[in-house]
Amino acid sequence: MTKRRVVITGLGLVTPLACGVEETWKRLVAGQSGAGKITRFDASHLACDIACEVPRGDGTGGTFNADDWMAPKEQRKVDDFILFAMAAAQQAIEDSGWMPEDEAERERTGVIIGSGIGGLDNIAQTAITLKEKGPRRVSPFFIPGSLINLCSGQVSIRYGFKGPNHSVVTACSTGAHAIGDGARMIGYGDADVMIAGGAEAAICEIGIAGFAACKALSTGFNDTPEKASRPYDRDRDGFVMGEGAGIVVLEEYEHAKARGAKIYAEVIGYGLSGDAYHITSPAPDGNGGYRAMAAALRDAGIAPADVDYVNAHGTSTPLGDEIELGAVARLLGNAASKVTMSSTKSATGHLLGAAGAIEAIFCVLALRDQVAPPTLNLDNPSVETPIDLAPKAAVEREIDIALSNSFGFGGTNASLVLRRMA
Amino acid sequence: MSDIAERVKKIVVEHLSVDESKVTDNASFIDDLGADSLDTVELVMAFEEEFGIEIPDDAAETIQTYGDAVKFITANS
Repeated sequence: MTKRRVVITGLGLVTPLACGVEETWKRLVAGQSGAGKITRFDASHLACDIACEVPRGDGTGGTFNADDWMAPKEQRKVDDFILFAMAAAQQAIEDSGWMPEDEAERERTGVIIGSGIGGLDNIAQTAITLKEKGPRRVSPFFIPGSLINLCSGQVSIRYGFKGPNHSVVTACSTGAHAIGDGARMIGYGDADVMIAGGAEAAICEIGIAGFAACKALSTGFNDTPEKASRPYDRDRDGFVMGEGAGIVVLEEYEHAKARGAKIYAEVIGYGLSGDAYHITSPAPDGNGGYRAMAAALRDAGIAPADVDYVNAHGTSTPLGDEIELGAVARLLGNAASKVTMSSTKSATGHLLGAAGAIEAIFCVLALRDQVAPPTLNLDNPSVETPIDLAPKAAVEREIDIALSNSFGFGGTNASLVLRRMA
Repeated sequence: MSDIAERVKKIVVEHLSVDESKVTDNASFIDDLGADSLDTVELVMAFEEEFGIEIPDDAAETIQTYGDAVKFITANS
């Protein structure tokens, strides 16, 4: 079977840098950080009291105003991860200009939005209500406001998209898997358009406490939050939690061309693998990540030397960063010195289930603007590498092919390969 | 308007985001005020909370309009 080509025709972002694609990208390339003290709840008793929160405000200057995206009556019924998904989906759909006009077109438009954890705060708060007030005070909106696939459900209901309605739950690989799987559904002929991505809102007491208990979070930079996320740096000590959503409109190439859509990039490769090693630690030899990347390149039909930019998983944990770097270096071989690889988590923090989606969007924008966003706080690399890690400043360079890596708890790995449209 | 009627109206306006003028005695939560079946469950919970009463499921099913709610709560609180 000949694969149908899949392109990206719409982008939507809600990130700790800003609400909106261009506003986020401008700040990312300029080297701004989204980190700060946690403001949403009192975190002073936790080992880590910093995070990358979505900046809330009246909607101007890149702030996120929930009322711009969902009626107040509806907001009360959903956890924030769904709210972020609705905002990013609306941006992406409007950006793409795609709106089905008849039943047949609606049935060929689907949704695949995932989340790593879903309505964590909603679950925690409802558990308290249950304990304190009893089962008769549990809201009827508790379950549908917490379920991970309700991002896809809500988007389909709002826009009438009746095609495949699916969701991904693969921890920190969720966003990449959603885009890859969505592209496969189009490639296989199940749909012509898929709204795909990830959303997360786990910056809550139980979320921070839980990841801190796994020893995954940075705890040594509570007084200098913007310095805490420092992938590849010798002083890194864990990730900084982020929140938000990234959503793209995937579209079959001829479908996009026929309607004169603006085409950002083509999804040419997707690779998946499992570590089969440990629930939270990556396999020390980086074999899982290596095989996901190799599979994505094979799917794309390109050689490692064709890759120009790698958006790393690079979460700023002591173990993970060097394992990934080693795997990328092995994959690229002699071509390693020609590649630029950066971790945008240095600016956005780790958006868990949304990370792979916002990072795929950063790859799209890197292809568009021919610039690799920087790795912030990379003062002293912990290992020598021939790969340019874009320390502290964006790198203007030719980028025709971008690779995005996402690795999740449980040993689940996904890589996407995107190509600039000629 | 009685105190109970006013407090019920406030809850309905808040939960369903409707204009106060639409909340008339015969206004059906579902047909006139845009509620779905889950909204009505939540409304009944809010009434229970506000008035410190318990509304059994079979009684809750008979509360279809604003007027029904005021009547039931007046009789049971």
